Amino acid sequence: MTSEAGVSLRSVASGAGVAGPARIGRRLVQGNALPVLTVVAALVVIWYAGAVWLNAPWAYDQAGRAGVELGPVDLVAATWSQDRPRLPAPHQVGAELWRTTMEVAPTSRRSLVYHAWITLSATAVGFGLGALLGVVLAASIVLNRAMDASVMPWVIASQTIPILAIAPMIIVVLASLGVTGLMPKAVISMYLSFFPVAVGMVKGLRSPEPMLMDQMRTWNASTSQTFWKLRWPAAVPYLFASLKVGVAASLVGAIIGELPTGAVAGLGARMLSGSYFGQTVQIWSALVMAAILAACLVGAVGLVERLTKRAMGVVA
Amino acid sequence: MVAGALAFWAAAWWTNVQLSRRPRTRVTALLMPALFGITLLVLWEMLVRGLNVSPVILPPPSAIVARLASSWPVLWGDLVQTFFKGALAGYAIGCGAGVLTGIVADRYPFLRRGLLPVGNFAAALPIIGMAPIMVMWFGFGWESKAAVVVLLCFFPMLVNTVEGLAAAERSQRDLMRTYAASYWQTLVKLRLPAAAPFIFNGLKICTTLALIGAIVAEFFGSPTYGLGFRISTEVGRLALDMVWAGIAVAALAGSSFYGLVALLERAATFWHPSQRG
Repeated sequence: MTSEAGVSLRSVASGAGVAGPARIGRRLVQGNALPVLTVVAALVVIWYAGAVWLNAPWAYDQAGRAGVELGPVDLVAATWSQDRPRLPAPHQVGAELWRTTMEVAPTSRRSLVYHAWITLSATAVGFGLGALLGVVLAASIVLNRAMDASVMPWVIASQTIPILAIAPMIIVVLASLGVTGLMPKAVISMYLSFFPVAVGMVKGLRSPEPMLMDQMRTWNASTSQTFWKLRWPAAVPYLFASLKVGVAASLVGAIIGELPTGAVAGLGARMLSGSYFGQTVQIWSALVMAAILAACLVGAVGLVERLTKRAMGVVA
Repeated sequence: MVAGALAFWAAAWWTNVQLSRRPRTRVTALLMPALFGITLLVLWEMLVRGLNVSPVILPPPSAIVARLASSWPVLWGDLVQTFFKGALAGYAIGCGAGVLTGIVADRYPFLRRGLLPVGNFAAALPIIGMAPIMVMWFGFGWESKAAVVVLLCFFPMLVNTVEGLAAAERSQRDLMRTYAASYWQTLVKLRLPAAAPFIFNGLKICTTLALIGAIVAEFFGSPTYGLGFRISTEVGRLALDMVWAGIAVAALAGSSFYGLVALLERAATFWHPSQRG
């Protein structure tokens, strides 16, 4: 069902250029675009309603002090335009996003692009290292029986441990060793992204059927030939599936890694300083930025996946 | 000390390699990971002592265990606050809401086609970033931690439930129709049991998320107890043995919670191929 959904979304995206409006209309009805848009629209409506509900006490309080009666229209207007609302309305977050990305130079500390870039670079370094480590570990687990029996249970057990809890400690320990800046955050990112990749790749490298393995044996293939010509290509779909999980996890890791550094720079720092000073709009805009970043990262991995599969001759 | 550590490592590794050549039995399947874990601990202990690593950077395991024993009442209080109040309450509400929403979404295909992509997308988002907002809304107590956990658990549960409800085969559903079973009868007697492996998969994912959510939310504000509070303040005081003790408690709680759900899964889905081994 999920794959079917993916296919229809893709055909909407790629078919839009060539197809006429009628065809797009039919796609809208049959595909997922219309339901998704409906759900998203419902969420926005709920958000606006929630903003009215949550911000109303403050608005009433202000109006009471000023000695003004609030009509329904005034109330809505008041709840959607507060400076420090309990829940900022979507357009406030949008305006803040626009202001901090477009109207400020991207190198300024007031720019969200600057903070997003800090987080993104830690994420990228951590994700790269984590993916590499995960793949290497998975390969050694698959190729070595002693590794398999003794390490694999721990890799699985480590999934049940709240790894993020040790993030502050990693930061402080590395700082006391003289490592600061990008690397501590990247280490946490790496730690988070490395487990999904390792587990997924072990599964992937083991995915060739016994019959195919026997075929390699009949060709007198060496272990490395079997690995590169059978196991590795067979593991590619698993690799990308786990990379998508891993990249999302490493973004979370980078954001959490920024919390204990004293809110210097990065999206996590924006959230922390926002929560210190009650700047809710700032927190929400950092959150939306993080969501956009996550979507772009997962999308980028998906793009590489499609290109790779096309190059491999697999029908994508 | 360092040489001893390396020698122990080599010996343990050699034993494991020998063991791995033998046919796999229950004993070796337990012995080999145990040996690996013990080796790690021994290496850690001996290297830290042998190389005179400062306890501010990495305390040896023995010091952590001693700290765990001496500070147990404090850590137990933290565990109750973070795990039994924050994480478990949020877990129950979040997973319950996820399953119920999944059932509703399954009933109405339009809703399902809309919610599933949104849910899949939301599952990749850094939802943990909602923590400061939840702390602002629900205060410093365990309620805000539970709220973060609810948000974290909701989407994985929703996606897994919707996928699970589609798992019952066409022929099985047709059979229910020939019995003139109502929607609810089909749901309770066929489709929910068929969805159980998926639902349990979601439940297992959420055990880890629940603990992570509760701990990280405490970084943004908490009363003066709780595992996240303990870890972040003791890091500030460079009392790393206490930090590690807190982490050990969190890890134990997380693993036992996961193990408990896995046991429940085995009891509830004993019929599924993955459980028959």
